[in-house]
Amino acid sequence: MIENQIDITLESLVGEVSKMKSDGQRMVTFSCTDIGDGQADIIYHFDKNEVLTNLRLTVDMDKPVPSISGVYFAALLIENELQDQFDIKFDGLVLDFGRKLYLDDEVTIIPMCNNTKAMKPKK
Amino acid sequence: MARTIIPFGPQHPVLPEPLHVKLVVEDEIVLEAIPALGYVHRGLEKLAEIRDYHQMIQVVERVCGICSNIHSMCYCQGIEEIMGIEVPRRAEYLRTIWSELHRMHSHLLWLGLFADAFGFEALFMQFWRIRERIMDINEATTGSRVITSVNIVGGVRQDLTPEMCSWILSEVDTAVKEIKEIQNTILNDYTVCARTKGVGVLTKEQAYDLGAAGPTLRGSGVASDMRLLKYAAFDKLDFEPIVEQDGDCYARSTVRFRETLQSAELVKQAIAGLPQGDLAAPCKGNPEGEIITRVEQPRGECLYYMKGSGKKFLDRVRIRTPTFANVPPLLAMLPNCELADVPVIILSIDPCISCTER
Repeated sequence: MIENQIDITLESLVGEVSKMKSDGQRMVTFSCTDIGDGQADIIYHFDKNEVLTNLRLTVDMDKPVPSISGVYFAALLIENELQDQFDIKFDGLVLDFGRKLYLDDEVTIIPMCNNTKAMKPKK
Repeated sequence: MARTIIPFGPQHPVLPEPLHVKLVVEDEIVLEAIPALGYVHRGLEKLAEIRDYHQMIQVVERVCGICSNIHSMCYCQGIEEIMGIEVPRRAEYLRTIWSELHRMHSHLLWLGLFADAFGFEALFMQFWRIRERIMDINEATTGSRVITSVNIVGGVRQDLTPEMCSWILSEVDTAVKEIKEIQNTILNDYTVCARTKGVGVLTKEQAYDLGAAGPTLRGSGVASDMRLLKYAAFDKLDFEPIVEQDGDCYARSTVRFRETLQSAELVKQAIAGLPQGDLAAPCKGNPEGEIITRVEQPRGECLYYMKGSGKKFLDRVRIRTPTFANVPPLLAMLPNCELADVPVIILSIDPCISCTER
């Protein structure tokens, strides 16, 4: 039911996002959903003249995802949020809070999203 | 001069909510700003696991008190679209009326807080006094001043009688008259102009590239307004996005001031066109599928992504609030400003940490 959807891969992610930027699309946000079996859907939402275009990427949650914060600086907050919520690692984040955007050092459980996970205790 | 890091917030007199920005300053000039969030994060998205999709209306209303009605409207519109429910036309008009009243009281609240930020307390008091008229309307028509709880999946739970409509029109007209009486002060006063013109400039290109939303985007010359998507009754209302070109604090405050008057006009248009009919369509079954809905809140574009799999609990509710989008633009406004201007610049995006840390 999501209109204007384009399926992309990890390899094509940064290229497709760069195309969006060249096309004058404004980055709105991404949405992430745990789809089970250790995978998640990340949908990147872009807007131009009130028309939304969505790039859908299915990722393995234990593998790093290339950051698009180099293309769209504003993505840094969203990627840091997803690190906190889903334990997905983003490579190349321009400002990496290291899963501490929302959480304090002493917090060992991610209390926010569907895939509640224990963080590794600090040594 | 040596560089110093000054913490702005999380407790600061100008902000009722805990926004924390680390300011790297040299002398009294800000060189860099680094945000820190998480002081009051509530994990409301996770509540979708244990609150069914009807109960989630009450949860999303509490994402933000000031735009509670618009949050629930956005959420309900998404669920209705997934489930193929056709909302009665009267309910769409009623939703529009309450949402524009919310925009009015939110902007009046902000205009008062903004005046207070640069020390103009008499102006603060005047805006909040006018705002009370709108709060009284909310209380009289929904039973609550802030969390109105009128939206349900399929429509609304409250109606407006002809007497209520007449009274709302009269109160809105009086509010507009009173707002116009202080128009000269907020737009032309020496102190206001000195503290806001040329301060915290965000160019059109920066606003667009950094994903700004709402008055922050429109104050920089981009005519983007989600009401152009014609949701609810906006397809029948006559309006144009309000845009200012300068991108400074003055431009953003002017957009909000003009939008307050615009919302009053939209309330009047919606009441004039209010059709007869049912308040809600029946809702059967559970949502199955994915949906993205967007609405225009007082602070800007709000996006909901929802996914259901035919159960009463949604698999995912993702809420992108406008303040979250306006934090990166804020980081572009702060460098090279004077330390004394930081509260004014931060307030100029109308930060809502309640929304950001939903």
